[in-house]
Amino acid sequence: MADRKADPSPIDADTFLEGLWRENPVFVMLLGMCPVLAVTNSVVNAIAMGVATTFVLLASSVLVSLLRNLIPKQVRIASYIVIIATFVTITDYVIQAVSLTLYNALGAFIQLIVVNCMILGRAEAYASKTRPLKAAVNALGMGSGFTIALLCLGSVRELLGAGTLLGFPVFGENFAPWVVMILPPGGFFVLGGWLLLFDWINQRNARKTEEAEVARAG
Amino acid sequence: MTTDVQTQPSTPGTAMILTLGGIAMLAGLLVVLVYHLTMPFIEANRQAALERAVFDVLPGAATRRDLRLTEEGVVPAAQADGGRRLYAGYNADGGLVGVAIPAAGQGYQDTIRILYGYDPGCECIIGMAVLGHKETPGLGDKIVDDEDFHANFDGLQAEVAPDGDGLRHPIKTVKSGEKDDPWEIDAISGATISSRAIGKMMNQSAQALIPALKANADQLRQNDGG
Repeated sequence: MADRKADPSPIDADTFLEGLWRENPVFVMLLGMCPVLAVTNSVVNAIAMGVATTFVLLASSVLVSLLRNLIPKQVRIASYIVIIATFVTITDYVIQAVSLTLYNALGAFIQLIVVNCMILGRAEAYASKTRPLKAAVNALGMGSGFTIALLCLGSVRELLGAGTLLGFPVFGENFAPWVVMILPPGGFFVLGGWLLLFDWINQRNARKTEEAEVARAG
Repeated sequence: MTTDVQTQPSTPGTAMILTLGGIAMLAGLLVVLVYHLTMPFIEANRQAALERAVFDVLPGAATRRDLRLTEEGVVPAAQADGGRRLYAGYNADGGLVGVAIPAAGQGYQDTIRILYGYDPGCECIIGMAVLGHKETPGLGDKIVDDEDFHANFDGLQAEVAPDGDGLRHPIKTVKSGEKDDPWEIDAISGATISSRAIGKMMNQSAQALIPALKANADQLRQNDGG
């Protein structure tokens, strides 16, 4: 019990950066696919979803971390779910207060942040084992990684599917939009494309490191 | 409350209940706080969206008058408190286009709120807009902008019964493609429950309000610029 909660390692750049690249929730861990595919049909939706998820992740990570020594092991998952659901409800009200159009565009997916396994995963695997500040930094990194991933999908889909970026026309009058890109199948196509790209870069990096090691050894 | 948990590790039962109770209380407190802080803004947003929708459900309307339907008849909204909110729309020449009526009912997952336009001249519904819903994305949410579905509300018959009590023919939703009569709504295939919900709430609202509106049609036609 005691070693589960003690965490002496300091906060370093990797605490934040692992969410952006090495453990990117979307491109590496493939978590939270439901909003990734569903609400990335435009840049605005992608940003709003990313920011909302980041807020929930940050707030619930800090609270879970603060309460980590008080929550008995047997009821920890239930406690995390209640904490996450609270912040999702708060986000839901705030988005309604900011813009009803945005709220209607995001539809049921705001409430569905509750079941985004990335958030529960962070609470269980990270926040419950570390101190609040470190959990917050890590949550911000993970949230940013998630937002960037949504943005990657959203910008490509809006660009190809509607010929606009953030609502502004990009290609001029003669561009015939690929409507399929803003429909659900487009989400899978674009996600597949990005995963291919990420994997290719990762494999190339791995090969380079290996070659460098072989060269050093030889 | 939660500090007890640390001192009593030997009784996990109580500890668990205390922790869960404490967390639930904290959660409730936070949600209520945020609810109270955001509610005025949410209400203002909803009102603005409703006022915009008035012009969608009354094609050709240029100006709007906020009314209430009370027991004394139709009065300007500012002069009364109770009664149902209504919005009368007038064209550029000052003629009555119709009355926009808010309605709500249970949908598949949550309350659906709509606004529909009634024209006392043709005794028919001339438009419908969905103001808020939580229907299934990709299926039930077609009620918002499915063109064929919305075509139902372009001249949907809402004639008052000869005895002035309710409608002559209740408005009802039928299966997709089975619309035979002018008071029937063709459901969207794949969104039958949501389509039925709209027909039901529109019928309930129309049965209750349209006879009174027809009786007060002269009052509605007076556009004193209020």
